[in-house]
Amino acid sequence: MKVLIPIKRVIDANVKVRVRGDGSGVETQNVKMAMNPFCEIAVEEAVRLKEAGLAEELIVISCGVTQCQETLRTGLAMGADRGILVETDAELEPLAVAKLLKAVVDKESPDLIILGKQSVDGDNNQTGQMLAALLGWPQGTFISKIEIKDSGSAITREVDGGLEMLEIKLPAVVTVDLRLNEPRYASLPNIMKAKKKPIETISPDALGVDVAPRVEILEVTEPPSRQAGIKVESVGELVDKLRNEAKVI
Amino acid sequence: MALDAETLSQLLDTVGRFVDERLRPSEQQVEDDDHVPDALIEEMKQLGLFGLTIPEEYGGLGLDVTEEVQVALVLGRTSPAFRSVFGTNIGIGSQGIVIDGTEEQKQRYLPGMASGDIIGSFCLTEPDSGSDAAALRTTALPNGNGYVLNGTKRYITNAPRADVFTVMARTDPDTPGARGISAFVVDADSPGIRLGKPEKKMGQKGAHVCDVVFDDCKIPGDALIGGVEGQGFKTAMKVLDRGRLHMGAVCVGVARRLIGDSLAYAMERKQFGKPISEFQLIQAMLADSETECAAAEALVVDAARRRAAGEPVVKQAAMAKYFASEMVGRVADRAVQIHGGAGYISDYGVERFYRDVRLFRIYEGTSQIQQLIIAREMIKGAA
Ligand SMILES: Cc1cc2nc3c(=O)[nH]c(=O)nc-3n(C[C@H](O)[C@H](O)[C@H](O)COP(=O)(O)OP(=O)(O)OC[C@H]3O[C@@H](n4cnc5c(N)ncnc54)[C@H](O)[C@@H]3O)c2cc1C
Repeated sequence: MKVLIPIKRVIDANVKVRVRGDGSGVETQNVKMAMNPFCEIAVEEAVRLKEAGLAEELIVISCGVTQCQETLRTGLAMGADRGILVETDAELEPLAVAKLLKAVVDKESPDLIILGKQSVDGDNNQTGQMLAALLGWPQGTFISKIEIKDSGSAITREVDGGLEMLEIKLPAVVTVDLRLNEPRYASLPNIMKAKKKPIETISPDALGVDVAPRVEILEVTEPPSRQAGIKVESVGELVDKLRNEAKVI
Repeated sequence: MALDAETLSQLLDTVGRFVDERLRPSEQQVEDDDHVPDALIEEMKQLGLFGLTIPEEYGGLGLDVTEEVQVALVLGRTSPAFRSVFGTNIGIGSQGIVIDGTEEQKQRYLPGMASGDIIGSFCLTEPDSGSDAAALRTTALPNGNGYVLNGTKRYITNAPRADVFTVMARTDPDTPGARGISAFVVDADSPGIRLGKPEKKMGQKGAHVCDVVFDDCKIPGDALIGGVEGQGFKTAMKVLDRGRLHMGAVCVGVARRLIGDSLAYAMERKQFGKPISEFQLIQAMLADSETECAAAEALVVDAARRRAAGEPVVKQAAMAKYFASEMVGRVADRAVQIHGGAGYISDYGVERFYRDVRLFRIYEGTSQIQQLIIAREMIKGAA
């Protein structure tokens, strides 16, 4: 089985994100970047499938700027076999990414595509679903468990109020949720070996995909800062304020 | 530089994440239990920490000294006891074999040391010979095709867990001083080896030292490091020489941690209606710590770069270990002061570091011995 794992380079989850002065987006200059945490979970799951003898080849793919190579290297250090970089400086929307991925899937014909359910930058939660639609493949989203069977794959989805068990036929697209696994640290020897694994670079043009944005961003703003609280003298005063100022009781 | 910048930064990032996410949360537990959990040791093995400095052909990472120093700076961000778990494997416990061992000795021990399956310790110090290491009295006398060891080694780090010891012993009792000393690699399960009780220590709880007693301990002839007698003191000095830069870097790392903690506390803690960081007397302490720490880092990094370029750095390495270990002592003292009463209370961890860092001025050559080396090199250079 061949597994494709699309991964995204995002601002490191430990960094305090700041909005650019002109409101056009968030500041990414001189900011530490890392692999999207949900993508790490996707890579981890693929590596486990390979370790269990269920997958032969793991391909990590990233769409974006040259530095996405670093993210691919992290995936390779975790255990993927090779990487593909669809290199572009363009701001990529989920639909553009899904189209790029579809073009690569057409060439590579993987049996399974594992993505993060969303990336922690835009929180769009769209790429996996769009990719499945473009491919016409079954999809399982927000999965917390996956089992590969002869007939296909049994998955458990996290849905509001519980879990949903499904069987889907391969090839399929799955997007992973937080509780699927705990990603490993790439070992130091593997980080060094990852340097020798191949990364292929392709352009959106070569894939025949138009990545022009369909959505216009009007303005990005910081969430309103929290107002300082006040101390009340008595229960009576508290009840009064809740009733007459906050109007919640 | 063996590694390209991107790979090195990925390596440092990974070690940093491991330190922050896995080790730091367990600092207090290790202190309380005087024990590093086995599960964490297993994770350190998986990560590859035991093999940082062991050459790649023997299964290690083969970091050069500049890279090793960068990693040590990161490791310094947490309790030194964690580093000690693999510290002897990447330092004094393996480097004798790496630097002077025969090919056969390297093949036999280094891959296991790199993976962490073999723990190595270094036996130089004795009850009556510490700073004056060349006066050591343990003997290794000829016995058939091999040797028989007799003597006591003291304060040996990781000896309670060790599988193999690098032992400095006198092969020629008639030659006093350094020239009569040879180095051996001795399996811990050799008959005639007894371990003392782990010592109770001031700090670095979780890292253990004990006596290693050799009582008619018979070892084979091929245990002689490098296969040549009389080279043991030189081997020991080469091992300690490389280790000084690593130690210096760890001191800088711990100092950075303490400065970070102190700054955060000073900006948070209010007295007289404002954060104590606004008082100039507190600022002076912060500024002194920051400046001295940066100076120590510059010294360590410069010495490492020179060493990697092939320059002799005996003096620079001694200066780096001397200055950095004294510096972190002052920084830890100020950290306690900035924290006030909280600095003296265990929950904040500052008093723990204050005790932990005291060791850096003592082992692998006391500050006084570093001063002697520095002056000796100055005089040698001017003569
Ligand atoms: C926790 C711990 C771990 C250790 N791990 C190891 C290990 O793994 N392997 C190992 O072999 N050893 C180890 N040691 C031993 C350590 O290296 C020695 O303790 C150290 O070298 C000092 O020797 P000493 O204790 O005999 O002190 P001494 O040499 O007796 O020194 C006492 C004082 O006299 C000073 N002094 C000595 N000579 C001079 C001089 N010529 N001029 C001026 N001042 C001088 C010293 O600086 C010191 O202040 C460890 C020690 C400790 C505490």
